[in-house]
Amino acid sequence: MGILKRITEWATSPWGQSVPIHVAWFLIWVAGIAGLLFLMVHATYVRYFARAEEFAASDAPVPAAELPARIPRHSLAARSFHWIMAAAMFTLLFTAFLPKLGVQFNWVTYHWIAGTVLAVSIIFHVIHASFWLDFWAIWPDREDLVDAWRRVQRFMGHPAPPPRKFAKYPLENKLYHGAIIATGLSAIGTGVFMMFRVRTIFFPRNPYLFSDMTWGLMYVLHGLAGMGLIALVMVHVYFAIRPEKLDITKSMVFGTMRREFYLKHYDPQRWALEVQRSGSIRADREK
Amino acid sequence: MAGGLDSFDWLKDRIKRPKVLVDLSGIAELRGIRTTDGGIEIGALTTLTEIVNHPVIREQYGLLAEAGELIASPQIRNQGTIGGNVSQDTRCWYYRSGWPCYRAGGNICYADTPTGRNREHAILHAERCVAVNPSDSAPALIALDAKFVIQTSKGERIVDAEDYFIGPDIDITRLHILKPGDLLTAIRVPSTWARARFYFEKVRDRNVWDFPLMNVASAMHVSGDTIEGIRLAVNGAAARPLRLKAVEDAVRGKAATPATGEMAGKLAVQGAVPLQFNAYKIPLMRNLVKRAIGGVEEAKWAS
Repeated sequence: MGILKRITEWATSPWGQSVPIHVAWFLIWVAGIAGLLFLMVHATYVRYFARAEEFAASDAPVPAAELPARIPRHSLAARSFHWIMAAAMFTLLFTAFLPKLGVQFNWVTYHWIAGTVLAVSIIFHVIHASFWLDFWAIWPDREDLVDAWRRVQRFMGHPAPPPRKFAKYPLENKLYHGAIIATGLSAIGTGVFMMFRVRTIFFPRNPYLFSDMTWGLMYVLHGLAGMGLIALVMVHVYFAIRPEKLDITKSMVFGTMRREFYLKHYDPQRWALEVQRSGSIRADREK
Repeated sequence: MAGGLDSFDWLKDRIKRPKVLVDLSGIAELRGIRTTDGGIEIGALTTLTEIVNHPVIREQYGLLAEAGELIASPQIRNQGTIGGNVSQDTRCWYYRSGWPCYRAGGNICYADTPTGRNREHAILHAERCVAVNPSDSAPALIALDAKFVIQTSKGERIVDAEDYFIGPDIDITRLHILKPGDLLTAIRVPSTWARARFYFEKVRDRNVWDFPLMNVASAMHVSGDTIEGIRLAVNGAAARPLRLKAVEDAVRGKAATPATGEMAGKLAVQGAVPLQFNAYKIPLMRNLVKRAIGGVEEAKWAS
């Protein structure tokens, strides 16, 4: 209860009950500074301390000549989802936190509209990923954990075989996706109910849906998720613009990545490219 | 703190407990009414009684004198200042009772609930909070195209009267643009609307002394029957006094007739959304605007 009291603001309801009303706003700075510190530490590590990447040789290497110059990575639908979600996410963060930092504007309407866009795009993403993509490609598997342990051991200077090349998504990518799911769904789940407190086109307004305590905890969870998303989005943007990751970022724009980048970082056995009858290559479904 | 009439309410109810209270009443420069080349300048600490009794205001800016005379009681007008009147906080009793509503930093509007008592609350531009601005002088100053002089840490800033007030969509915790450290020092009323045809009406529960349920102020330049220019504002309909620009545009160039008044009234309430107990404010606002267009002549119109 102690930590909860410190990171939340409380008030006395008309019935004399002490209830949380929202997260403490100083956490905006905590999240921003935490994100910034991560970037600085990581950039320093990569610049001065990191050793060159080293991967185990693939069991069944694919001759470069068999691959096209551009390796398809993200379908148009997947890219559209990503950028719509990004636009909605930035709108949500700016409309949520800029007023708290002194930039006053009519934010509520933009906020719930952006939240609605995000929720709808996520529903689309879940359906799309379930039926048109390999649903499990983004979830950590046993090989990821084995390779992660090898990388940790090598980082600590202990002898360990080099890790294998990545599947379509490296473990860090998968963990980030998991963190976004946790924070994003927390924000959206609470946000949907919070829309009952304001006037929208979706529900009749009903502030009596829950008790003051439940509402308060919902606002706190929404705020905490929002703060978490500040740091997560900072980290995401940082990695997107890092030089060694630009091929991945460009693939989210153009849909493809360079063959050399694919062969250097990805294991064709873990991210197999499906050669279709027409001779074109389809890569969205991981094998 | 200027006259202290709003501030002492908060302090005596022990709802606001400021660590420091700055009494401005000793600053002579903030007092008095000065005639300038372009109109008059009223110090923010000028009392409402001084404004009501000032000969130039009575003769040329009667709208402000009329509005001032309807504020509260003689005793309050003797102590209350024009700066305080335009900067006072809302009278929503949920808020003033110290409950943790949106305006107090919480996450609910107690007035905008299925059983909330919201007879005095907003019908326009409500955004989470449905409180209204209670000032009587504010719409008069908007109608007179007054400018508010604000001293900030970065220097002097002058804003139009209508821009001094903000709604909950912009900042749910304040009714005006003053930020901590800012000070309203004076109000300048230009001569543009001096001796215009004025109309002010305040509707309240108790005529002897009460806050407005709604009020209306208009300043018109009329040639014959034709409205050549008009500024029109209402208060008590939203969290900020509303200048009815669409109505002004619609009636400009038209005759000040019952038909124009009817049209103006209907236009004024476009978009109004009543709460559980304040639907009466829609016909009230419609009629006040109608009367503001007709001015004193309206009484002769067939109802």
